[in-house]
Parts: sequence; structure tokens; C-alpha cells
Amino acid sequence: MKLHEIAKILDAEILACSDSDIEIMSACGSDLMSDVMAFVKENVLLLTGLVSPQVIRTAEMMDIRAVVFVRGKVPGQNIIDMASEKGIAVMATCEPMFIACGKLYSAGLTGKGV
Amino acid sequence: MNLHYEIPSDDLAHAGEASSSVKKMLVQLGIDPVRIKKAAVSMYEAEINAVIHGGGGSAEVTIDSDKIVIRIIDNGPGIADLELAMQEGYTTASDDIREMGFGAGMGLPNMKRYADELDIQTRPDKGTIVTIVVYFHQ
Repeated sequence: MKLHEIAKILDAEILACSDSDIEIMSACGSDLMSDVMAFVKENVLLLTGLVSPQVIRTAEMMDIRAVVFVRGKVPGQNIIDMASEKGIAVMATCEPMFIACGKLYSAGLTGKGV
Repeated sequence: MNLHYEIPSDDLAHAGEASSSVKKMLVQLGIDPVRIKKAAVSMYEAEINAVIHGGGGSAEVTIDSDKIVIRIIDNGPGIADLELAMQEGYTTASDDIREMGFGAGMGLPNMKRYADELDIQTRPDKGTIVTIVVYFHQ
């Protein structure tokens, strides 16, 4: 699933994105970054309600290319700038985690993210 | 190649800068991305631990043709029960730390998961030295 399709499904605002044609194979929803590092596989979209620079750091270490902040959380400009610098796409949606994950799964993003 | 980084105390906003810098260096050297991820994640977890639990410290990194050796040296209270701390889910972190996305008891297990070799030297009130080795051609 392309990143721009994900943005449309989640009615998400794109805050940083150098390539909306990135192909995402699966997704992982978590607010615990060590769990993300323990279990996540390749080409994963990270959905999180945690707003912290460490979300971007974790994405950087795990080669995660796109992050969606859920529950209406909007990252600060420092986080957006950090993501842009590292080529990580950032979006924000008002959907809660469960609904956001459910919408993407229903739309066909069914690869196991962990 | 020898690299040295200072790790700040209780500054989670800037935690991970050393690991980020090392990852960039390994990318520039053309190391296999799978090997880079192993080194980057294990170092990052150790760096976060040094910030959260260790009162800051330093990172000493040596890169040669076949491996990277990462030593994270902290100034903290040491790990009281290392065997227990290696179990997934065991944590002594505060609620404040968990609210920042860490302290789930996965730090040391993640280091073990990603490092090819992991050595932890710790003594009460003497701090902790974590040594991580990742080979580039295994």
C-alpha cells in the first residue's frame, strides 16, 4: 500500500514526506519503542500515540520509513524537522489507535508487522 | 577507527545522538544494512539505558574491517540483579520513563537479541560497562 493511500484512508495530515509512493507492506501500533525494536520487521508503518523525538530515533534505527501519530497527537516542529532530515515520512490523524489499525487492515494492509 | 561520545544524563530528548552518528558512519562505510541495524539498535538501547538509569556516561566505539565494538560506560548505581534484568518485561523504570516510550523491560533483552556478542560488567555504586560486538561478515 502506498503512503498516499494510507494518508487518505486515515484522513491524515502529511507533515513530512519526501516520497508518498513509498510501498508499505505492514504496520505496527505501539507506544513502547523497545517493543517496536524487539518485534518489527521490514517495510513497516509505525503508528503511535507517543510524541517524542525518540519515536523518530527508533524509526531511524529500525529503518522504518513512515510514522503516523494517532489520537490527534501533533508532533512539534523539532520532531518534524528531525524526521525530514532522516527521510522519514510523518503523518497525523485524529483516529484512535484501534480504529486507525482497523481501517488499514480492512483496506488490505494485512502483512504481519511483527 | 576510534570514536568517542559523551552521553548526557537524564536528557531523553537528545538520547540516541551517539547511536545515530555511528549508524551514519556505518552507512558511509558501505556496511551491510542488516549488520548496521544490529549495531544501531543494540547501541541505541544501551545509550538509552545509560541516560535513564546510568546518570549519563560515554560511548567508546571501535570500527575495523570485520566488526564494530561498542562500549557504553555509565556512572549509575549498577544493576542489582543482572539475571533478572535480562528477562523480557522486567523493569525498574519509573512511570515518567514509561510515558516517554521506554522502561518496558526490553532494553537488555533487545541488546542480547541484536548483538553478536554482549558483555555486561556491573557493580553496585560503580556503574555499568556494556560491551557490544557486531561482526560485519557473519
